[in-house]
Amino acid sequence: MSTRYSRDHEWVRLDGDVAVIGITDYAQEQLGDVVYVELPEVGKSLAKGAEAAVVESVKAASEVFAPIAGEVVAVNDALADEPALVNQSPEDAGWFLKLKAGDKSEVEGLMDADAYKAFLETI
Amino acid sequence: MADDASEDLKETPLAGLHRELGARMVAFAGYSMPVQYPTGIIAEHNQVRTAAGLFDVSHMGQAFLVGPDHATTAAALEALTPGDFQGLGLGRQRYTLLLTEDGGIVDDLMVTRSSSVDDDGRLMLVVNAARKDVDYADFAARLPSSVRLERADDRALLALQGPAAAAVIARHVPDAADLAFMAAGPAVFDDMPCHISRSGYTGEDGFEISMPASDAEAFARALLAEPEVAPIGLGARDSLRLEAGLCLYGHDIDAMTSPVEADLTFAIAKRRRADGGFPGAERIQRELAEGPRKMRVGLTLEGRAPAREGAAILTDGRHIGDVTSGGFGPTVGKPIAMGYVDTAFAADGTSLSIGVRGKELPATVTAMPFVPHHYFRKPPR
Repeated sequence: MSTRYSRDHEWVRLDGDVAVIGITDYAQEQLGDVVYVELPEVGKSLAKGAEAAVVESVKAASEVFAPIAGEVVAVNDALADEPALVNQSPEDAGWFLKLKAGDKSEVEGLMDADAYKAFLETI
Repeated sequence: MADDASEDLKETPLAGLHRELGARMVAFAGYSMPVQYPTGIIAEHNQVRTAAGLFDVSHMGQAFLVGPDHATTAAALEALTPGDFQGLGLGRQRYTLLLTEDGGIVDDLMVTRSSSVDDDGRLMLVVNAARKDVDYADFAARLPSSVRLERADDRALLALQGPAAAAVIARHVPDAADLAFMAAGPAVFDDMPCHISRSGYTGEDGFEISMPASDAEAFARALLAEPEVAPIGLGARDSLRLEAGLCLYGHDIDAMTSPVEADLTFAIAKRRRADGGFPGAERIQRELAEGPRKMRVGLTLEGRAPAREGAAILTDGRHIGDVTSGGFGPTVGKPIAMGYVDTAFAADGTSLSIGVRGKELPATVTAMPFVPHHYFRKPPR
């Protein structure tokens, strides 16, 4: 399945039951240089829309909300030492967390790449 | 700082150039200002630490105090500040604090005495953008009739900062590289008249150049054409001044904090400590003698999570102060902050913690500046 996007500028990619989540290139561009990412504990259950992570840029802290509900099964430990991965590779090496999706149809409800591109043009 | 330039914002004479350079513009102190250019804040910060950067600081307030002679103008300013302006030499510059009657800080500002005896009696002021109206009203209300405030709103201000700044400016104003730190005077840049001081807000060597607003773009383009120079936005200006341990008005100092609490006693001249005669002298002299209740300190955090303005400073779970500025220091390579703590906890090396999102992050009181200043010192002849 292809990557889906939320209105809060997160991307979600399903791999079986597991959804890989990060922030979009647009989001990292808006944030500027990322200096720290606070990630949730593995095992934590997140409701859709709950705070999943916090991204700190040089200037400010921004919350990242869970675009779907699920249980955290992994976080990207590489961001602890190299938060700039979020700027360099937001939709690949700079991923944030993996959720075991409670309801995969929630992913279907998000925007596809074309819809997200159109959404960005309205901002 | 709102990320929205659509309100009724003022622009500096370089607004068009900022857009041409791809700046992201934000609202700051009523102005649309560049917060960063496409390279980003960390690259801009490092540019100033290693080469040179050009800042548009035309939003700041430029004005003159004008009196019949230096003694009169200096005495009028001394009645409002704790500085020694009687003793300020021709063409010399000093940092000072405009004080409330309770010894709080109305604003912090730079004061420069004219370098020529021909127009002595004039002191040039540079004040914070967000405090212009307050400051000018305050001067109007408290100056004696012999001294008046003359606004210079038709002037722009650029700052060229960094280890390469002197070499760059010497290509346009050969004499400028000989200016001492905190000295100033009139100059001709290429063919354009201006006023140059050797000062800044980054901890690096550098210059601030004041010119008619109509010439500002020509100055900026000439400096940006130099290979060592890149444009720098407000984001890096903030991280540079934080590492340099310099206060930002409205955050680290305000009308409630005194110069002693703010650890700005260097701005209280020796003669004036004894003599008083400035607003709030009673409080300030008492705090100098007995120590203030709270003090501004630097803090270095363990780990990588920054602490921001407003975060609580704690010891054993007890709230002993608040962060007033904080972020990641690109040159330090760590999160750093400044804030106020009860004086009992202000000694360098004291272990404290800072509350961030429900966690207590370990932090150590650290002498400022976090990065050594590299101000120009004239070699002995």
